[in-house]
Formats: sequence, C-alpha cells, structure tokens
Amino acid sequence: MIDYYEYIRAQNFPHIWCAGCGDGIVLKSFIRSLKKLGIAKDDAVMVSGIGCSSRTPGYIDINTLHTTHGRALAFATGVKFANPRLKVIVVTGDGDATAIGGNHYIHAARRNIDITCLLYNNYIYGMTGGQVSPTTPRGMNASTAPFGNIEPAFNISGLAQAAGASFVARGDVYHVQQLDKLIAAALGKTGFSLVEILSPCPTAYGRRNKMGTPVDLMNWLKDNVVAKDKLDKMTEEEQRGKVPSGVLWDVEKPEFCGEYAKLVERLKTDKKKA
Amino acid sequence: MSTTPKGKVIMIAGNEACAEGALYAGCRFFAGYPITPSSEIAEHLCRKLPRLGGKFIQMEDEIGAMGAVIGASLTGMKALTATSGPGFSLKQENIGHAVMAEVPCVVVDVQRGGPSTGTPTLPAQMDVQQARWGSHGDHGVICLSAATAQETFEQTIRAFNLAETYMTPVLLLIDEIVGHTTEKMVIPEPGAIEVVNRAKPAVPPAKYVPYAPTESGIPVLADFGTGYRYNVTGLCHTETGFPTNDPKRIEANILHLTDKIERHRDEIMRWKAFRLDDAKIAVFAYGAVARSARRAVIEAREAGIAAGLFEPTTLWPFPYEAILETAGRVKAFVAAEMNLGQMAREVELGAKCKAEVHRVNRVDGDPITPKQILEKIKEVA
Repeated sequence: MIDYYEYIRAQNFPHIWCAGCGDGIVLKSFIRSLKKLGIAKDDAVMVSGIGCSSRTPGYIDINTLHTTHGRALAFATGVKFANPRLKVIVVTGDGDATAIGGNHYIHAARRNIDITCLLYNNYIYGMTGGQVSPTTPRGMNASTAPFGNIEPAFNISGLAQAAGASFVARGDVYHVQQLDKLIAAALGKTGFSLVEILSPCPTAYGRRNKMGTPVDLMNWLKDNVVAKDKLDKMTEEEQRGKVPSGVLWDVEKPEFCGEYAKLVERLKTDKKKA
Repeated sequence: MSTTPKGKVIMIAGNEACAEGALYAGCRFFAGYPITPSSEIAEHLCRKLPRLGGKFIQMEDEIGAMGAVIGASLTGMKALTATSGPGFSLKQENIGHAVMAEVPCVVVDVQRGGPSTGTPTLPAQMDVQQARWGSHGDHGVICLSAATAQETFEQTIRAFNLAETYMTPVLLLIDEIVGHTTEKMVIPEPGAIEVVNRAKPAVPPAKYVPYAPTESGIPVLADFGTGYRYNVTGLCHTETGFPTNDPKRIEANILHLTDKIERHRDEIMRWKAFRLDDAKIAVFAYGAVARSARRAVIEAREAGIAAGLFEPTTLWPFPYEAILETAGRVKAFVAAEMNLGQMAREVELGAKCKAEVHRVNRVDGDPITPKQILEKIKEVA
C-alpha cells in the first residue's frame, strides 16, 4: 500500500475541485507513478499554468511552480534546461495548453525537451465557468457557444506527435490502472512525453450538455474510451464515436538538453571558432 | 561619463557591452526572441554561454523567453532576456509573475519607436512609463538606464546585483543609439566590480518558510532541487507560498511588493550631476539624450549661461526628493527625451512648482541634438 500522505500537502486540503471532478484521480495516479519510478520528491518539479488542473501543484509535496495562463511549458523549459538533473512535469489543461499556450505546446514537442506533460482534457474552460475550448466537440454547448459549438476540435495527441514529441499517450480517469501505466511510461521516457488525460467536468460541461451525473460521465468513459489495439480490431461501425487510448506514439529521437550538452562538448575540442 | 576603471580596453557596441556585463555579473542563462534593435545581445551570448558552462535558448516567442528566464532563475541561475518595445509589451504579464513570486532576473529593453511596430531601427525612449506601469497590479519596480557602452556594462551588472539583493525582476532600458554605438570601453578585472549573489536559506528544510518576513523585507528563495520543497505562484499568497483569499493576507502581500522597493529606494536610486551646483538651468536627460545634454551644458556655459545636467541612472524608483532639492536652486528644468514628455511629468511632480519644467521632445526617430537643447536653455534662461 502506498502512503499518499508522504506525497501530499495535507494542510491545503480540502482541494478546490468540484465533486465528481477527475483531477484528484490523476493526482493519485501521478503519486503512484512517482513512487513506482522511485523519483525523489526533492528532484521533481511540477510546473502548471492556469485552470482547474493547474491547481494540482498546491497539493503535492514536491518543488512546485504555478505560472501564468498557457505558459507552463515555457517556464518548465527554463527549469529543465537550467538544471537537466531535475525531473520536470507540466500539468495543464486543454484551454491552457492548446489555446493560449498553443505555441509553447508545439515548440516544446518540436524541441523534444525532456518534460512530461500531463494534459487534462475536459473539453471546456472549467474554472472560468464553462466557455468553449479548442477541444469542445462540434455541436456541444458552452457558455460562449450557447447555440452549439461550430468549430472543429483539436486532436491534442495528434498535435504533439506531429510537432515532434517522442512519446504520446491518451488515458482517462475511469481506466485508472491503464492511466498509472501511461504516466509511469511517460515519466520514464527521455524526451517530450505527453499524456492526454480525459477528465470530464460535470459542473461546467456535463451539466450544460445534459450528460447526467458524474457517474454517468464515468460510464461514458468506460463505454467509449477503448484501448487502441482493441479498437484497431473493431469494425468501422463499432469504431464510430470511440476514442482510442493507450500509447499512441513512442519513438527515440534526440532530446534538447542532451543535444546542448553535446554541443558544449564539441566546442571544447573545437578551438578554432572561439 | 563614468570614471574609467582599470582593465582591458576594447571597442564595443552597447548591446555587446550589455552581454559582457551580464557574463561579468555571473549570468549563465539567456532566453530570448529576435527583435531589432536588441538582437546583438542574444547573438553575442549564444557564442559565449556554451563555452562558459552557461545555457542559451532562442524561445518560440517573447512571452516564452520571459517564462524560461523565471524558470531558470528558480533553479538558482542568474538569468537574462533582452528585447525591444513590442517584445517588452509581450513580456509584461510574466514580468508581473516574477514580481509577485519574487524571482530575480534581468530584462533589457533596447528602446525603439512605438506604438506597435513603430520604428524598429530608430531610437526612442517611449517605454519608460511602460517600465513602471506595464504589468498590471500595484507593485514596486526597479528600472535602470545607461548612456554609453561602459555604463551599459556597469548597469547590467548593477541590474543583476539589485535583482539578487531585492528578489525582483530588474529592468534596464537603453535605446537604439546606445545599443548600436561602438565606442571605447574598459572591461574591468574580475572582482573589480562587486557581484552580489542571492541569499541562501539559513534554516533546514523542515523550518523553511519561503516568503517569511525578514529584517530587510526580502524573502530567501531556495534553489529548486536542493531539498527545500515549496510552492511558487502568481496568485496572492501567504508567507508559505500557497494561495490565499484572506483579505488581510492579500493586503499584506500587495503592500509588501511596493514596500520592499520603497523602503530601499535610497540604496537603489542613483543619478549623476554635471555642473549642477551653481546651475540656474537644470537639463534633465537620461540614456543617449544625456550625451547631447552634456554637450549642450558645456556650450551654454561657454555662452555665459549657468546650466547643469541632472541625469538619473535609476529611472524607477524616481528621485523625486533630489528633483525637489534641485528645483529649490534653479530657475527652470529642461527635460529632454525621445518621447512626448513621459519623464517630464515626473520632474513636474518632483519639482512641486518650485521651478518651471520646459520640454524638448523628439519622436521622429532622429536623436535630440545638443543644439536643440541649447536653444531651449537660451530661450528659458
């Protein structure tokens, strides 16, 4: 059994998340992954932006940095590059990372800097009251899309893969054993690793879209998020409306801090350009 | 100009002098984004830093560069970014984060004309009020100025020293003329100029409170990864670093951010006086304009007018007291700036109507000449 009290900042509880929110489930999954990999609390730095998921740093007893809206990956790039010995984790949301922070998101992936990005996708701006986000599915309602969202949604995982990330996975807060494995795998990877975590918002998204109780939203994840391997074997008809999960992309490619270290070494022997 | 220190004599432009000053101060992290007329600072450091155990990164945008600098500083590195007007605007939100979280770093703005894209290759001094009020919310600001390559070198070191002393971002404003003018400079021997490093915690991790009140009012922030686990946030927070909604603690947090600069203003404020003792006309000028003003003062004296120069090298906090003291002795100020009078308003505020404040302004991208200032001196004498 894991002693969660060893990792949390109990003095800051109760947390700010609504009843039925999945963010606490991710927090516990992350703690189990830290423990599993034996990452020392002193060596781990969690950097977040603004939003519900970005309040996670207040609850976990590691080095924590709560930044400005969308900029967590930029701050984290500074932390990691300045001290590559540190294990840097970014916690962010769909609005934070792919709207206001979209530029940092694609460039952190392109650079393939050794940061694990836990991106909670709840399809909405939850903290500010349910405004439409870049991942709100077309047709769904939001406080700023009261007649239904007319814009297409970003594929968050596909975006990271296309931009250059070396590890991309998708999990959700119902399939928690799988989520544990995905977060641990991402933390173990050298390079930019993304875990997109579907964590529905009952308060600002589910309720507005008449999707039922938090339990109904959990059941939606249970029925519709399907392991990629399993999904690949399904018929086209069966695949409709399903969301693939698991490790979606895993390749080896040069990592930014490592490449910089190589450059420094090269300059030591190359006196000519001094 | 500065009293010439001993050391290696070189020819250098202000932007490179800034980069050299940063290295002298122990800066080993630079994150930036290309922008005229500041890019030479990045171009100089990208060659030097990898050979000095330092880090250089060109970020995806100005905002990201400011964020990376704050992140790097939290690991204990002295970190720098450099920009110009449009980039300075973009950085403001994260400068505010560094203010709120009390993270030391240096931001150099090589000023060009604005608003918007304005005049990328031409000098201006239009960012001096943005430096004071650019980021939202009440807080103290430290902003320095420099008129020569030598001064830029020295003021960059001072900017780092002030940042590390007062745990705050420090702004250094130069302008296109200073940044791009190649002139003689002396690189002092290592150790000739004092270099300040931020305080380290004096207590073990179990007793550490990051924003605990200290005698000086300045917090002691441990480097990430050294066993002191704490929280950094841009939200209003208590001394623990965790967010608060308690009105009393919010107030204490906000008052502290102004007080920590104001209570040390005498140590932070610097200005130079040139032939000011018996002056009847005080020219107020900073940056490149101070160079023209100095010549104008000399020529005015030759023409029999008792002119002098008041040159602030700290723009913020502003030396209101010294302006008032000067106002009691002179007939008039002539405030010369490459803007429409942004600092002349502060001179008026400081002078409290004890002396007239006349203005020489220029916003056409050409420098203010000694002749222009001299004509105004003659007109108001």
